[in-house]
Amino acid sequence: MSADDVRRAIARISHEIVERNHGLDDVVVIGLQRGGVWIAQELAAALGRIENGRSVPVGSVDVSLYRDDVGLRPLVPGSVTTIPVHLGGKTVVLVDDVLFTGRTVRAALDALGDHGRPRAVQLAVIVDRGHRELPIRPDFVGKNLPTSRHENVTVQPNGVVLR
Amino acid sequence: MKHLLDIGVLTPDDLHHLMALTDHMVEVNQRPIPKVPALRGKTVVNLFFENSTRTLTSFDTAARRLSADVMNFAVSSSSVNKGESLRDTIETISAMGVDAFVVRHKSSGAPMQVTKWTNASVVNAGDGWHQHPTQALLDCYTIRTHLNRRTGFDGLHIAIVGDIKHSRVARSNVQAFTALGAHVTLVAPPTLLPPAVETWPVTVSHDLDSLIAKVDVLYLLRMQRERMVDALVPSLREYTGAYGLTPLRAARLRPHALVMHPGPMNRGVEMAVDPSELPGSMVLHQVTNGVAVRMAVLFELLGSGADLATSA
Repeated sequence: MSADDVRRAIARISHEIVERNHGLDDVVVIGLQRGGVWIAQELAAALGRIENGRSVPVGSVDVSLYRDDVGLRPLVPGSVTTIPVHLGGKTVVLVDDVLFTGRTVRAALDALGDHGRPRAVQLAVIVDRGHRELPIRPDFVGKNLPTSRHENVTVQPNGVVLR
Repeated sequence: MKHLLDIGVLTPDDLHHLMALTDHMVEVNQRPIPKVPALRGKTVVNLFFENSTRTLTSFDTAARRLSADVMNFAVSSSSVNKGESLRDTIETISAMGVDAFVVRHKSSGAPMQVTKWTNASVVNAGDGWHQHPTQALLDCYTIRTHLNRRTGFDGLHIAIVGDIKHSRVARSNVQAFTALGAHVTLVAPPTLLPPAVETWPVTVSHDLDSLIAKVDVLYLLRMQRERMVDALVPSLREYTGAYGLTPLRAARLRPHALVMHPGPMNRGVEMAVDPSELPGSMVLHQVTNGVAVRMAVLFELLGSGADLATSA
């Protein structure tokens, strides 16, 4: 995917979010540290443009203290959780760059639960690369990208790279 | 990192890393539910051979907020009173399967000895006059946060006042503050300075009044009453007159200056003002940050996987 493809994917997903939720009432956008954070900010900005400049709460969640493989992945200092509002009763759009095994998303669901009981959690990702290990599926997808397990996918504003 | 015994072996990068981890723990502690599952299934043993309320409670809270299981051994009620040696105590508890010992002992070097008798991680929670590394970390974190010094303490002037000689807090703090780039002045009567103080990376003064208007941080140590017995100080009143934070001295502090104390305070001795009326008083912030710093240390030793291979 090129930079334009990423930008278009974010624009399309933002329209899908508005359509699915019949507007933006109680919608909060939360990016997963660290790759999902800039995408969440772009999405929130795009959502605001669609609904006449309305501001959408945007935050981030660090799941390294919740992972089932704590001890296998080091915590990245500096990527601290920021939740702008109490999540009770809100519709949380959880945003990540790549959906792979689903374990990070599972950890994020646990983490969000400590900030209130959302009415619903929806999942938006730029790339779904398959290989799920848990029963988790995305609500909004930029692109389905078939990969092998040992390949590496990075999503940046200037495009998606598969190595 | 396997153990935390001595703050002096940590590099500035290590100190910054632990403080950055602490930022995550501070965020956890501000939540409606201040608890995360990071250390589920790990067992932390608090083994305190010396009286302590705040450090024990702080480690206990820190371990529980990370979902570790905690065993607290108060020595007054343990088999140590039946003559069991330190080594037997450690080996016995180790055999139950534990992941970390948090050790406080009146003998310098005891936590280091403990590492030889167990495979678990060991955290020094204060040993004799030697070291109190988590106190130094929480003090650094407090200064970093409140003076907004995320990258280091270059140009900061910190005065540590009081009984330096018998203070493990002073030893650890001098090492940590200077490692981060601060200039440290020790202020004490000659009887309360350690031997060979000239080899420390500090300046020494006996005159608090000439310094008080220049420092960024005034760090007061507890004046231990038992020192009177050794005649190291003529009287508490004279001590306060020369080295205590009195209202007159407090008025001369710079507006941004922080006043810190490791606790427990002797009100009317080294702290001759009400700290709650000092705008720069960090006393309660230090206690709050202590929990977060100890969470970061336990997580670094038991859960971070920093020394294991990373996987995608």
